[in-house]
Amino acid sequence: MAEDLTTLLAHQMAARLRAGEVTSRELAEAHLARAHATDRGLHAWLSLDDDRALAEADAADARLAAARAAGPAALDALHPLHGVPVALKDLVSVKGGQCTAGSRILEGYRAPYDAHITERLHEAGAVILGKTNMDEFAMGSSCEHSAFGPTANPWDLGRVPGGSSGGSAASVAAFQTPLSIGTDTGGSIRQPAALCGIVGMKPTYGRVSRYGIVAFASSLDQVGPFGRDVRDASALLHAVSGRDERDSTSAPIPVPEDLVRLPSSDDEAAAWLRGRRFGVPREYFVAGMDPGVEARIREAVAVLAASGASVEEVSLPHTDYGLATYYIVAPAEASANLARYDGVRFGHSVRGGEDYLADYLATRGSGFGAEVKRRIMLGTYALSAGYYDAFYLKALKVRTLIKRDFDVLFEAGFDALVAPTSPDVAFRFGDKMADPVRMYLSDACTLPVNMAGLPGISVPCGLSEGLPVGLQFIGPAWSEAALLRAARAYEGATAGADWRQVLPRDLALLEDPGIATPAERAAAPH
Amino acid sequence: MASLSRADVEHVAHLARLGLTPEELARLEGQLNHILDQYAKLAELDTDAIPPTAQTIELENILRYDAARGSLPAAEVLANAPERDGDFFVVPAILGGE
Repeated sequence: MAEDLTTLLAHQMAARLRAGEVTSRELAEAHLARAHATDRGLHAWLSLDDDRALAEADAADARLAAARAAGPAALDALHPLHGVPVALKDLVSVKGGQCTAGSRILEGYRAPYDAHITERLHEAGAVILGKTNMDEFAMGSSCEHSAFGPTANPWDLGRVPGGSSGGSAASVAAFQTPLSIGTDTGGSIRQPAALCGIVGMKPTYGRVSRYGIVAFASSLDQVGPFGRDVRDASALLHAVSGRDERDSTSAPIPVPEDLVRLPSSDDEAAAWLRGRRFGVPREYFVAGMDPGVEARIREAVAVLAASGASVEEVSLPHTDYGLATYYIVAPAEASANLARYDGVRFGHSVRGGEDYLADYLATRGSGFGAEVKRRIMLGTYALSAGYYDAFYLKALKVRTLIKRDFDVLFEAGFDALVAPTSPDVAFRFGDKMADPVRMYLSDACTLPVNMAGLPGISVPCGLSEGLPVGLQFIGPAWSEAALLRAARAYEGATAGADWRQVLPRDLALLEDPGIATPAERAAAPH
Repeated sequence: MASLSRADVEHVAHLARLGLTPEELARLEGQLNHILDQYAKLAELDTDAIPPTAQTIELENILRYDAARGSLPAAEVLANAPERDGDFFVVPAILGGE
């Protein structure tokens, strides 16, 4: 029986592509076939573009053949992602392709140009398989707010994958793609990575250009990678990072080449921990958190200490104010960004009312979903006359305090902070839909990092009652190389752990062509 | 802390150009007030002497040369138009018709 290529990690694919043992076309075909065959019960994808992907794979194979003929230096010059499949969250523009952002208001819209990161992925030779499901306009923590129906978690198909980049996380966890791109405004990469048992990173604000990516909250949004191990996620971050003058917040800071040079040896990786200094913020162990999550995080901290790192309890005293601050700043920015959806130039449009105002109201009222309307209302209110100082300006000042909390610790010499990514494991469909504030609390441990503009990464650290738990490393601005080293070191130090051998437990069910869809499961009482 | 009446909710919906049903307005009134209750926590902090942070990286005055450059072809831009007339977007009249 032929080997299943979808079980390979991206760096294993890269080695085999160079050795001529596999072609990019074979990799693309294997992943497309698996994605088509297994997505009824998962709904991780909003579109798969087989023709485009196979054409990109053939082009990658042609470049590989030319490089192989030219000699080892030409092969070495290829990016580690050359010929490797990747998925994009459906808010990244690919010229001529759909870009719904999970919303009815962008149904039928075709992107007229490539996002910066789409260009960068093409330059690297990566093969884009398609677009993944998400909470509408990236507003949500469960993927249940997608206008096109929810995504399920491959660990338990009755549970959410997290959000908003739920499709990107679930597709990687279900071996439909080795890599995917997400965006993270308050935790939308790290939280689904934690809930799906994979690696996900939010880089420093300014590391990756947002040009061509649907905007949610412009002072918080960042683009980042998902992978099944740290090296894969790091290589994808390397491919998409760097200055782009079309996003004036993208910083002229060199992309560290260390991102593609993380140690392959687990022991060598783990040895990096000796003499490092980690802080464990006590406020991140919030009241009501899953006891299994807390236990796994404490065990992970003990692994770091046993590997020669110093670990100290620290305080981020304004953590408790993060939620309220975030839910003023993010909706305020969203209400401005989403003003462009007026049905005039593109997207969903309702016409024929008595005047232009009636058409705006009808277009936006019918095009946006409940959560997006809630956030637009919150943001509009927070910015409206008489409330600006009390809400928005106050939140920006508290944001300063939140950022200073982190600055104090990093100035004191901590290499990174270690914390839970999410206070919960994956929750059941519907559990947090009735109360927006409960849903918002899913991001209590991730959104302060966005408020401060810092990089954060979630890596798997074990299971709680059979469901994955994510360990979060938070570093100073522009410390991606060290943060990925730390994450790789933890991965190396736990390489032999039993839980690393456990596959998502509902994977096999996805092979059933008659399986219930996530929308059907979500509608069923439990 | 502020609380929103039904009339306030309708006013904000108008400012946001959201056409909402009576059911949506009723639901939002409850939900928005519940969220506003969370905001009250910020009043615990004295921030009089604290400067605001609107963005987190120290980039200022990002400039580019004021040089003309190509734009997307009109046909590609207009391909997404809900309604078009030649190379124009069709929009509802904004001035009185009498």
